[in-house]
Amino acid sequence: MPFKASQSLHDPRRHVGVHAEHISNVSSTDYPGHYPDEDHSWDLVKFTKDLQVKVQRLSNRSIEFDLVGVDASIANGFRRILIAEVPTVCIEHVYVFNNTSVMVDEVLAHRLGLVPLNVDPALVDMKDAVTDQATDRNTLVFRLAVACTRNKLAPNISTTNPEELYTNSEVLSSHLQWDPQGEQAVVYADNPPAPTNPNIVLVKLRPGQEVEMEMHAVKGVGKDHAKFSPVATASYRILPLIILNPEKPVPAHLATKFQECFAPGVIRVDPRTKRVSVDEKNMRKDTVSREVLRHPEFEGCVELKRVRDFFLFNIESESFYPPERLFPEAIKVMRGKIATIRKAAEALLADSDALDGEVEGGAVAETRIPREAGGEGDVIMTEA
Amino acid sequence: MMAETIPKIRIMKGAEPDLSAATYQIHDESHTIGNALRWMLMKNPKVEFCGYSAPHPSENHIQVRIQMYDKLSSLTALLTALTDLDSLCETVENAYDISLRKDKYEKWEEKS
Repeated sequence: MPFKASQSLHDPRRHVGVHAEHISNVSSTDYPGHYPDEDHSWDLVKFTKDLQVKVQRLSNRSIEFDLVGVDASIANGFRRILIAEVPTVCIEHVYVFNNTSVMVDEVLAHRLGLVPLNVDPALVDMKDAVTDQATDRNTLVFRLAVACTRNKLAPNISTTNPEELYTNSEVLSSHLQWDPQGEQAVVYADNPPAPTNPNIVLVKLRPGQEVEMEMHAVKGVGKDHAKFSPVATASYRILPLIILNPEKPVPAHLATKFQECFAPGVIRVDPRTKRVSVDEKNMRKDTVSREVLRHPEFEGCVELKRVRDFFLFNIESESFYPPERLFPEAIKVMRGKIATIRKAAEALLADSDALDGEVEGGAVAETRIPREAGGEGDVIMTEA
Repeated sequence: MMAETIPKIRIMKGAEPDLSAATYQIHDESHTIGNALRWMLMKNPKVEFCGYSAPHPSENHIQVRIQMYDKLSSLTALLTALTDLDSLCETVENAYDISLRKDKYEKWEEKS
């Protein structure tokens, strides 16, 4: 392994045991007070030293990277933010002027909402409330006007292909026309707003049918509606670890069977000696299916583990963001949340300090929220 | 507006007057912050106990309970944890950035 921590990959404290019918040592134990005479309190220098982030694979749509040395609560926080709290821009309001297609307005509007747009969310303000006025800073306008007609020039009368028989037999995402408002023509000059994929079929039409609508796209987050989620998937696996028992080697005649208990490439069999070994580089490919534990002949030959703080992230972008930009965006959101809470906590501290002197008995202050008021001696706090 | 009157953090009834033990209700947050904050608070040796809960799915808040040793202020511990969590994020961000720029990794074309 190319990691500095490769030595400590075999540190039993980092291991989650995987057994035939249960798992063991799931929880992390790196807390102060857990081990006698060991510190484990937060140490940024040590964390920085031990942390390993390594990009493994990058494509135009997805990224795979390792995040090693953080607790599951942190890794999971980033994963949750990627899915639900990194903002994107999507169609939110659809004004239907005419729709004679076979699809009802609501269904078509829903489909329009799901179309990913290539708009940089940094250029758009979040509308604070639904009642907020739409402006050129927080709303993008798209128009759709498509009518289906017979194609008089259809070369072959006997054909049944609607593409040849009619024009506009399909309404595609490429039919969405961006209508710049106010300063938008300048702001979006480099990258005019449009769907990321021009070939999404929104609805099919036949001669005489038409759709005409205006759409307003706004900025939002995935926890409000899944259409705002910037990712197709954002997930992590925990590094699988296969430890062969040197005391009990796999019998030569069972080597192939042993190999087939794991994902392809994970177990190597020496062609001459039939000795099995683990391919350290491919170990991560194992699915930890636990097939090997079903065969009594392999009992004691192998231990299956996972490394608790070794996260293999996989993020697929489905939005404006190139895949490599999603994780930094998630961290940015996380830090924004921390800053907001911090500000509120500081205000709380300032208020409690200020009122400490005034109130007898050191009671802490709070603004009364009617529902909570009353009750003697209740501690009352101030809002941020 | 109703939304503007809800404080981001509220100290729940029953807290110790010196805040050595208190439950904080954080509005508009979920397990994302709750669990991360809980972990960072538990890394503080002066924290006797820390736990969080999301009391009900239709209530948009979490509650973080902090109990301190030596009659210390849980609010101070909360602020420290927030600062440390931010520096953690910064460290991860920098490490990711360096890997993306300097490391050698496979680049490939994926059909959409």
